[in-house]
Amino acid sequence: MKGLFLAVAGLTAVFLSSAIAADKLDPSCGGCHALAKPTDTSLERLLTRKGPDLWFAGSKFNKEWLVSWLQDPKPIRPAGYPYFKNIKKGAKHDEIDQSKIAAHPKLKKADAEATAEALMALKAPADLVPAGAFKGDMKGSRMGGLAFIKFRGCVACHQGENGEGGLSGPRLTDAGARLQPDFIAAYTSDPQRFDPHIWMPTSNLKDLDVQRLTAFLVQLGQGGK
Amino acid sequence: MKTQMLAAIAGLGLLLASSTSHADQSIEQIYGVYCVQCHGLQRNGTGINVPALSVKPRDHTEAKGMGDTPDDELFKAIKEGGLAVNKSVLMPTWGRVLSEDQIKGLVKYLRQVCKCGK
Ligand code: HEC
Ligand code: HEC
Repeated sequence: MKGLFLAVAGLTAVFLSSAIAADKLDPSCGGCHALAKPTDTSLERLLTRKGPDLWFAGSKFNKEWLVSWLQDPKPIRPAGYPYFKNIKKGAKHDEIDQSKIAAHPKLKKADAEATAEALMALKAPADLVPAGAFKGDMKGSRMGGLAFIKFRGCVACHQGENGEGGLSGPRLTDAGARLQPDFIAAYTSDPQRFDPHIWMPTSNLKDLDVQRLTAFLVQLGQGGK
Repeated sequence: MKTQMLAAIAGLGLLLASSTSHADQSIEQIYGVYCVQCHGLQRNGTGINVPALSVKPRDHTEAKGMGDTPDDELFKAIKEGGLAVNKSVLMPTWGRVLSEDQIKGLVKYLRQVCKCGK
């Protein structure tokens, strides 16, 4: 009951604060995604959430990717969202319980274009995703690849090059096509600023590390190195 | 006087009992969000990420290995990561995500899981 009240209150807040963007979005989207920054920052919210937050979508995604994904929403998080609700014991190790993962709503071309437009209007505050967070030096990408797989252990949770890697975080195999470089750099340096209890650790990376990792991820899915 | 004292002690006991059982429940949830991805639903190092890991995660049910690891080392491994205790970088640093109290709670919880001391 309290949950319902909070949900209603949350929805109201969503529609008030981003009325312009939100009225172009199908109201169903807000049922699973936060379209405005949530005031509830408790662990409880993480445990009951039905989809990733979209209140900073305009500072996260590349618009072309959104338009095509919304028409053909292939899985990004191999174990769905959140992963811990969709796993079961297996013979050798835990496995994904595919029966618990529902297909994402699919949009027609015109709707996908309008929706992408509305999502791109949901910008993060400038101090969350600072313009120029990624300084644009792509030469570090080889070192970034080594850090991803070896020295920083990102591969434990993320599928990187060739789709190899862990399953509890989003696939980054096409990160460069999907995500904006400044977002990658900002999120990698401090995920909890975006999402207070998210199960990605903050590893006290030096800026040089962040730059190299970002360069590596930016070229993933861009076709060639 | 004596009865008052007794009542106070009983009250305190109740308070402690209810607060620890609540803490245990939320600590188990924390294990289920952060640790299960690698250490697994069975807590024995067989999480969903295991095929991607070059070093096997610690089996938290194994009394010998866990029993040989003191509390402060477990605390340090969770807070500062595997590298801080000469282990793999694949064990992340959770100190920016979890509070000291939550990490202390996890150490206590691990002792229940391994049914081992120290
Ligand atoms: C039933 C719940 C549900 C509804 C309704 C829903 N989504 Fe989603 N959405 C999800 C889940 C779960 C994911 C994660 C999918 C994955 O990672 O494979 C997701 C992912 C996304 C993503 C990618 C986000 C990211 O961080 O990777 C976008 C964009 C998105 N949804 C947009 C929308 C829009 C627009 C609508 C309304 C038309 C909508 N969703 C409706 C559950 C939902
Ligand atoms: C313990 C698991 C884990 C590790 C290790 C990890 N991540 Fe993550 N990562 C996650 C989770 C969980 C998310 C967010 C999931 C969500 O919003 O659904 C995430 C999100 C991201 C994102 C944003 C992608 C998106 O679509 O939202 C980037 C970029 C990223 N991680 C990079 C890295 C890098 C670089 C490293 C290594 C320094 C790393 N991660 C290590 C679990 C992990």
